[in-house]
Amino acid sequence: MVTVLALPLAFLLREALDAGVSNLWHLIWRSLTASLLWNTVRLTVVVTVLCAVIGTLAAYGVERTDLPGARVWAVLVVVPFAIPDFVVSFGWSSLSSWVQGFRGAVLVMTLAVYPLVYLPVAASLRGADPGQEDIARSLGVGRLVTFFRVTLGQARRAIFGGCLLVALVILAEYGAFEILGFQTFTTEIFTEFRIVDTSVACALSLVLVVLGLFVLMGESASRGGGRVSRTGSGVQRALVRRHLGHARLPVLVAYALLVVAALGVPIGSSVYWIFEGGADSLVGASLGSAALYTAGYSLGAALVATAMALPVALLVTRHPGRVHAMLERTTFLVLAMPGLVVALAISYFSTQYANSFGYQTAPLLVLAYSIMFFPLALVCVRASVAQSSVSLEEVAGSLGVRRLPAVLRVTLPLIAPGIGAAFCLVFLSAVTELTATLILIPTNAETLATQFWAYQQNLSYGQAAPFALVIIAIAAVPSYVLGRFFDRLPRRGLAQAQREVV
Amino acid sequence: MISLEVTDLHKSYGSQPVLRGIDLAVVAGSFTSILGPSGSGKTTLLRVIAGFERADHGAVRLGGESVDDGERYVAPEGRRIGFVPQDGSLFPHLSVEQNVGFGLPRRERRGRRVVELLDMAGLSGLERRYPHQLSGGQQQRVALARALAIEPSLVLLDEPFASLDASLRAALRQDVRRVLKKAGTTALLVTHDQDEALSLADRVAIIHDGQIGQCDTPQALYGRPASPELAVGLGETNFLRGKARGDAVETPLGLLCLKAAAAPVGTALVVLVRPEQIVLSHDPGEDHCGARVVEAEFYGHDAVVRLRADWDDSAIVVARISDASTVPPLGARVGVSVRGDVVAWPDGGRSSRADPESGQE
Repeated sequence: MVTVLALPLAFLLREALDAGVSNLWHLIWRSLTASLLWNTVRLTVVVTVLCAVIGTLAAYGVERTDLPGARVWAVLVVVPFAIPDFVVSFGWSSLSSWVQGFRGAVLVMTLAVYPLVYLPVAASLRGADPGQEDIARSLGVGRLVTFFRVTLGQARRAIFGGCLLVALVILAEYGAFEILGFQTFTTEIFTEFRIVDTSVACALSLVLVVLGLFVLMGESASRGGGRVSRTGSGVQRALVRRHLGHARLPVLVAYALLVVAALGVPIGSSVYWIFEGGADSLVGASLGSAALYTAGYSLGAALVATAMALPVALLVTRHPGRVHAMLERTTFLVLAMPGLVVALAISYFSTQYANSFGYQTAPLLVLAYSIMFFPLALVCVRASVAQSSVSLEEVAGSLGVRRLPAVLRVTLPLIAPGIGAAFCLVFLSAVTELTATLILIPTNAETLATQFWAYQQNLSYGQAAPFALVIIAIAAVPSYVLGRFFDRLPRRGLAQAQREVV
Repeated sequence: MISLEVTDLHKSYGSQPVLRGIDLAVVAGSFTSILGPSGSGKTTLLRVIAGFERADHGAVRLGGESVDDGERYVAPEGRRIGFVPQDGSLFPHLSVEQNVGFGLPRRERRGRRVVELLDMAGLSGLERRYPHQLSGGQQQRVALARALAIEPSLVLLDEPFASLDASLRAALRQDVRRVLKKAGTTALLVTHDQDEALSLADRVAIIHDGQIGQCDTPQALYGRPASPELAVGLGETNFLRGKARGDAVETPLGLLCLKAAAAPVGTALVVLVRPEQIVLSHDPGEDHCGARVVEAEFYGHDAVVRLRADWDDSAIVVARISDASTVPPLGARVGVSVRGDVVAWPDGGRSSRADPESGQE
């Protein structure tokens, strides 16, 4: 398992070392312009900060204030998670030429990925001890200061965790930036791979992995000694919601604006282009087959990734130790590897070493998806496994129930939601994946994402739009299921899940 | 009839020995407590008896039948031992009713037996609740009813009251005892709480360093502990130095009668005097030893007074006064005497042990 996960990186390193270290430096420096690095870093920083602010405020409003229709907002605010970044990008840029370059990238990426901060923060605010806020107020600390020192303190870990994911997504993003005409590391690697020089692409990929590792290390350093714990036992008191008072209307307007920008514009502009462009019958036919291919590959990936995550989760949770630590580190590494790098490494391996065996075939694409989304599956399964402690199986044994029936009657029902969530999350991610798909897609197959991409590149917006809508429609179902899973996870499991996510 | 018999049981985790030759017999229908500090191995003992862990050496017999003796090993599901863990370990995805019926055959899971058990445990009306909707005390009741559902030959209780607050604990303790007696089930409770052990059980076994120090009725254990260490484990203590005089012992507090002759005349002894055996008189007369009150703790139903003894500057004597209104003021000089018979052991140079401050509160 570890080998499979670490395979891509191993091949990249092998290839890089084969080329010779000095040669490698040469390759990197030749193509690594200052503007590329500057673009990547400033975008990552700005979007991460914006997402942290928007995601945290949105979560606070939904979870801790008497916002009218909080449960509805909770759903609407999360749904953009199911919309691929390149569709958000398409939706905005096809409406206005203002949305391009750096400002376009900031706008689009913020709207596309803020749910990655919203979700963990909302969860942690829901699970946090409201008593601490009361204590702060009783110690003479004002309301605003309490928010910063106590409430944000409780959610700190979740905020940093969300920011980490945001930064990693931005490092890995390709499609959205290509549409906006904004150059980053990833777009450069892709161009090199497609038209110039594969070895340069590999060399640059290593730099990208290093950047990703920096982000991860920065996050774990910032985590520091921050501990969130509930002291004292007993049933948790109901959360006291803060009255918005006069702020109610402005806050509602802000939520509405956010939902319109993140959800309304991509969907609205896709619908607009369908009527404007007049999709032909050709699109209708390929829409069906592309949807089937997409569903097939995504289901395969969801199955494989979940099946890989289950034993790992059981092993890691029930038998901590050296195996645990090693798996932990491997997952860490995979997290820092953008999909593009995984795809490049796999395609490079199959063409260079395996005599093109399996190159651009369905199993290889599914394998790439499975490796890329393995950490996501692991997070979900682990959260559930942690909830079903060994002591429950022991109790079942003492009640005269044999091991296998005990697993079926106790462990499986308890971790089933986690398995379902892992499946949904991987499926969702695979449906909306573009970068790796473009590289590894089987020769005679087309997925929704690649078809959309082909039409979009030809500026045939009317033909591209239906594909965007179908992607959103397919992705909406699992994301709804996922939202329910995280909503219903009891607090203990939730805290665990957060620890895993971040 | 012996329900559970443990002989020479050993268990180590890695190189760390936890149980070092446990011998224990539990009579059918009785309630036995195992009392010991945390880390003394009591939970491990319970887990070996339940079958969650295998013994390294020694044997466990249930109702005369061996379930773990180095060759034969019966899995937990074959032992019919009810287990009530510290946190209850209720199945979170099942309702109260389903939890209680978990170990029953499928067709009995919704039957009369479950209703009876719920009724007996005082859970009627909560059938459809889920564990997260229950208080800590209710969760423990469900855990007990679930364990009793399979009509076990033995129920093991692993500090089931530790996570509850004091007032709830006392009420639940007596309920649990009542339910177990009514069901006629043999019970084995491990705890670190001496009040719990003494008030609940028919017999108490003190576990110390992986071995059973003494197993007896609560009264005998308290009144005639086998060693000074065991005495300290069960309530507050005063230790006096003395010399054996046949059936009596000569101490700074006069000649005291022994419950049993301890040693040849003239032998140095350590004498145990429980705080409630100390009697204070307001004026230290000729025939009383004197002491000065240095501390008093008022409990309502009684009071505890600490005194500095005249006969030994370093000794503090603890006295429990049943009529709390007669507590002498701080600094007052009082006379000290002892009522009742005492227990003594040959003084093996354990002078450090003979410090009342080391007694448990």
